[in-house]
Parts: sequence; C-alpha cells; structure tokens
Amino acid sequence: MSLETLTYLVVGLTFAVYIGIAIWSKARSTGDFYVAGKGVPAIANGMATAADWMSAASFISMAGIIAFAGYDGSVYLMGWTGGYVLLALLLAPYLRKFGKFTVPDFIGERYASQGARVVAVFCLIAISFTYVAGQMRGVGIVFSRFLQVNIETGLLIGMGIVFFYAVLGGMKGITYTQVAQYCVLIFAYTVPAVFISFQVTGNPIPHFAFGSEVAGTGVNLLDRLDQVVTDLGFNAYTSGSKSTIDVFCITAALMLGTAGLPHVIVRFFTVPRVRDARKSAGWALLFIALLYTTAPAVGALSRLNLTNTIQTGAVGSPDGNLRYDDRPEWFRTWEQTGLLTFEDRNGDGRIQYYNDGNPDFAQRAEVLGWAGNELTVDRDIMVLANPEIAGLPNWVIALVAAGGIAAALSTAAGLLLVISAAISHDLLKSVFMPGISEGQELMAGRISAAFAVMVAGYLGYNPPGFVAQVVAFAFGLAAASLFPAIFLGIFVKRVNRQGAVAGMLVGLFFTYGYIEAYKKVFFPPLIENTAEHWFLGISPEGIGFVGMMLNFAVALTVSRLTPEPPVEVQRLVEEIRVPN
Amino acid sequence: MMMESRSRQQAAYWRDTLRLLGVLLAVWFTVSFGFGVLLVEPLNRLPLGGFKLGFWFAQQGSIFVFLILIGVYVVRMGALDRKHGVEED
Repeated sequence: MSLETLTYLVVGLTFAVYIGIAIWSKARSTGDFYVAGKGVPAIANGMATAADWMSAASFISMAGIIAFAGYDGSVYLMGWTGGYVLLALLLAPYLRKFGKFTVPDFIGERYASQGARVVAVFCLIAISFTYVAGQMRGVGIVFSRFLQVNIETGLLIGMGIVFFYAVLGGMKGITYTQVAQYCVLIFAYTVPAVFISFQVTGNPIPHFAFGSEVAGTGVNLLDRLDQVVTDLGFNAYTSGSKSTIDVFCITAALMLGTAGLPHVIVRFFTVPRVRDARKSAGWALLFIALLYTTAPAVGALSRLNLTNTIQTGAVGSPDGNLRYDDRPEWFRTWEQTGLLTFEDRNGDGRIQYYNDGNPDFAQRAEVLGWAGNELTVDRDIMVLANPEIAGLPNWVIALVAAGGIAAALSTAAGLLLVISAAISHDLLKSVFMPGISEGQELMAGRISAAFAVMVAGYLGYNPPGFVAQVVAFAFGLAAASLFPAIFLGIFVKRVNRQGAVAGMLVGLFFTYGYIEAYKKVFFPPLIENTAEHWFLGISPEGIGFVGMMLNFAVALTVSRLTPEPPVEVQRLVEEIRVPN
Repeated sequence: MMMESRSRQQAAYWRDTLRLLGVLLAVWFTVSFGFGVLLVEPLNRLPLGGFKLGFWFAQQGSIFVFLILIGVYVVRMGALDRKHGVEED
C-alpha cells in the first residue's frame, strides 16, 4: 500500500473513533458541557489532561527545538513538567473543592468582584486564542505534507472534526476524545523513538539509548554529539548558550505559566472528589512524562542522524560532504514543502551544513572553500521527518501523521471549550444576562464554541505575523496574571479585591509591555531584542517570572493598605482548604 | 462549641499541609532550578553512566523527581486527611 493510502486510512480511522465518542457522550446540561458532570475518573482525567496539554508544539516542535538548542532546550522540559507539581500541590485540589465551572468563576467569587472576573476573562481569552492559532498551524503542516492536500482543505477538515465533538459533546465529549487522542499520540511518538534508539545505539529504550554508546564507535551518544557539532562550529550539545539567569527565568515563567493556564486548570474541575484531583494531577504528569522524557532522546538522536547524513566524512576531507545529487528521498519530499532548503553558495555541488555565525570557525571555513551554511532546516520537521530519515516502514510514518493531528486537535478542542465557557458562563450568565435559563446558557455555550472554532480556523489560515512571537506572551501572561490571583486566593486570606485586581493589572501590563518593547506583538519593536538590551539579561520569554513577582508584591502591599475581605469570603477560603 | 472545634481542627490540618508543601517544594526547587540550572556546570563534571550529571537532571532526572513528588503528596495528604478527620466520604 502506498504511503498516501496508508495515511488516509490511519488518519480516517482515528477520526471515525473521535466522532463515535462524540455521539456517545453528548452533553445534556451545562454541568456536562462545562465540567463533564464532574464524573470523570482520576486516571481518565489524567490522560485527557495530558492530551489537552500536549499540543502540536510538544508533539511536532519540541524534540526539534531540543535537537538544535541542546541544553538550552531543557527550559521546555523542566518548565512544562515542573508546572504540574505546582498545579497538583497548590491549585488543583482547592479549585476542585471550590467546585464551580471556570477559572474566572473562582476569581470573581473569591474576590467578590465582577471587575476581577472580567479581568480574568480577558486574560483567559488572550492566552487561549494565542494558543489555538498555533494548533491550527500544526494541523495545516501535517495535512499538507502527508495527505497532499492544500493547507486550507486540511484546516477545514480539522475544524469540522473539532466543531463536531466540541460543540456537540462539550467538556464530556472532549474528555473522552482526548483519552483516545492520548493513546494515539503517545503510541505514535514512542514507536519511531524506539526504532531509532535501537538503530543508533542497539538499546531500544530511548531513555537508556540517550546515555548509551553509539553502536560501533565505543563513544557515548552525547559525547559523540558534542564532538560532531563542535567540529562544525556549533555550540557543544550539552552546554548552553543562554545565560544562567535567563535559563532560570524562562524555566520559572514556563512552570508558573503552565500552572496558570485555564484550559489545563479547568480539567481538574471535572473529577468527582478532591482526592481525585490530587491523584489525577499525578496521572497527568505520568502520561506527559512518557513523552517529555522521550523527547530529549529523540532530539539528540535526530541531530546526530541529520549531521551524519550531511557530513558523511571528516570535516575538511574532499568528499566529506554529501553530494546534493545523492540526497536521500526524504530530503526531496521535505524540500517540496519549503521547510528544508538548500542553496549551493560555493557551487561545489555538495552540502555544507555548519555554523557560519561563529567567528572562530570562519577562518577554517574559508580555508576549506565554504561560503556559508547551505542548509536550512525548519525545526518543526524533525519529529515528522524522523521515521523517514531512519528509513522506517510506511505505517510508522502514517502513525506519526495521525499522532501529530491528535495532539493538535485535542489541545485546540480544550482551548475552544474554555473560551466558550468564559463567554457563555462568565460574561453572559454571570455579568450581562443573569436571567437566562440553563437551556439558553447551554445554547449560548454551543454558539460561542462554534464561533471560537471559526476564529481559530481563520487564525490558522491567516496566521498573524505575531503567532510565533506571542507564545512567550501566553505563558508570561498566565504566570503574571492568573497564577498569582489563584494562588493568593487560596493561601493568603488577607488578600482582597483591591490587591488582586491591582496585582493582575500590574503583572499583565508589565509583562505585555516588556514583550511588546522587544518583539512585534501589535507594534514594531522599540528596542533591539538582544541580550545586552534586556533588563538584567532576562529575555522576553522569561519576563513573565518578573511580572509574577511584581504581581505578588503589589497584591500583598495593596491588600495591607485596604480593608480586609468580607467575612463570607474569609469563610469561603477556610472551606476550600479542607476536603470535606 | 462545634464550630470552634471545627475551626481548630481546620487550623491544625492547614499547618500540617503547609509543612508538607514546604518540604516537597524545596525538593522541587532543588532538582530543577538547583541541579538543572544553577549548579549545572559543577555537576556536569560528574558522570552518570553516559550522561553528565547536571545535563541529566535538566533533561531527565528532574522530571522523574517531579513524578515521585506528586506520588508522595497524594499519599501524605491522604494520611493528613484521616489524621485530622477531614477526609471525604
């Protein structure tokens, strides 16, 4: 069977499963629609949370980023898992005890303020739309490469599927489709990783292969990689190029941002009891860790494979570089997508792939007659191209395509649901139209979900230039606005409405302002985005951590200077701290 | 009287909870920000199998420890719930 037929078959089969689940788990009440009737078992919720969380970025991009960034890529690994410790210990059980539907619900009631609720809704929508645009781009990439359809058709199919199960099934439909999507994506991720680990090191378990000897060389994988890449003028794989303070702040911003992301938090509203919320965070991290501890091994192995494919002999030997005419099949297919490009700068018909930005290597390159790096590889193709680079059978490639789509769709659906709940529940029912019946609210929820799907589709088709830039913004914003408001709401009884609102606004505007100054979000950047211009050497990716500290400082100070919260609120805080 | 004993019970439970959280978060900070970021260079001089130790903590070890932390948390909180008589039915 050809690759294309196989891919259609595998992807079609998974779609049929998702639709079947949606029909089986149709939402009948607002409770079903927002929080799946609070009846999801801890382990199923853990799996759903894992699929919800692991997006196209985790599945498609992360290993590729690590492959090219080496140690610097650790910020994503620690940041996107360490956040679950905070979520499990500091937020999930207490929010479950609170027992309402949304994150703005909590902030609105804890601070007895519709203003606080509206600020929370605003943060939530900004974070979630930023994210969803990225997912839709992921769906587009996978469709256009593997199903040979254009991006628009791919997007429409993806939107259609999400529309069907998110609008019909609400949280209940999404939860059980996410369980299925988790199974597809983790299988699709691990199978090629096992094959490649075995090929390169003889050890099939990626975590061990990562620390094993490269077969036939007697040298450990990481030492070998350090050697191979430094020979070409790149940074050693195991040591980073970012400053320590920046790595620290980025990791912290990603961790705290993860713990503050509304589509993740809301998953913990769906379990029956407080102790299920605790357990379920543990299950979620276990399911996430299966992929996240495999990813760095995949990154290292694919960097080595890629470099060895291009640099076939010793650096500087006359036939040490791959002849362009001899390039492998996968190279040709990815060239067609424009995500892999070759330009023969020195006209020798061979591919030179090296770090032409390294002044120490420039002289060497000149002696060798190299006129600059000739190969550009988009980081997003590493995971998708991996099975092809390793020459794995077609069914593995088809599986990876289905996995990438599952990862993108599951996250998109979770995001669309929090957006629709924020509109129908927090804006309409709680603020503007408190008189609507449950049936009307459910209908409003479905309409806003449908509307959100369309906006997401538009953003995927017509990605605003800033999508890639503002991922930092989404995490920074969550870390600097929502996380402190929720955390203080549980742990510091004295924090009141004035403190929380002032804190959120300061965190929000400081973080946004800093990112806007260096990167194009809405306006052209004001200051050059390089380390010597950053505040204390902290990049825009890490500034959410500083924003969070400011939020804490402002919220605590303002609360001290203003009256303490009303007695009912203080009693509410005491009640959410205990499980019964 | 009932009210008072409930609030005393809650306060004792909360003190124990905070103590547990403090210990777990100290470990959380040490393995990630400590071993994986601040101390990565000195630790990289020590080998762990085919890894440099600091690099291993940053890309593998910290995640394993995070998992253990949540496991310990679930068990210890269950015990605290029972000790203070606040478990769910």
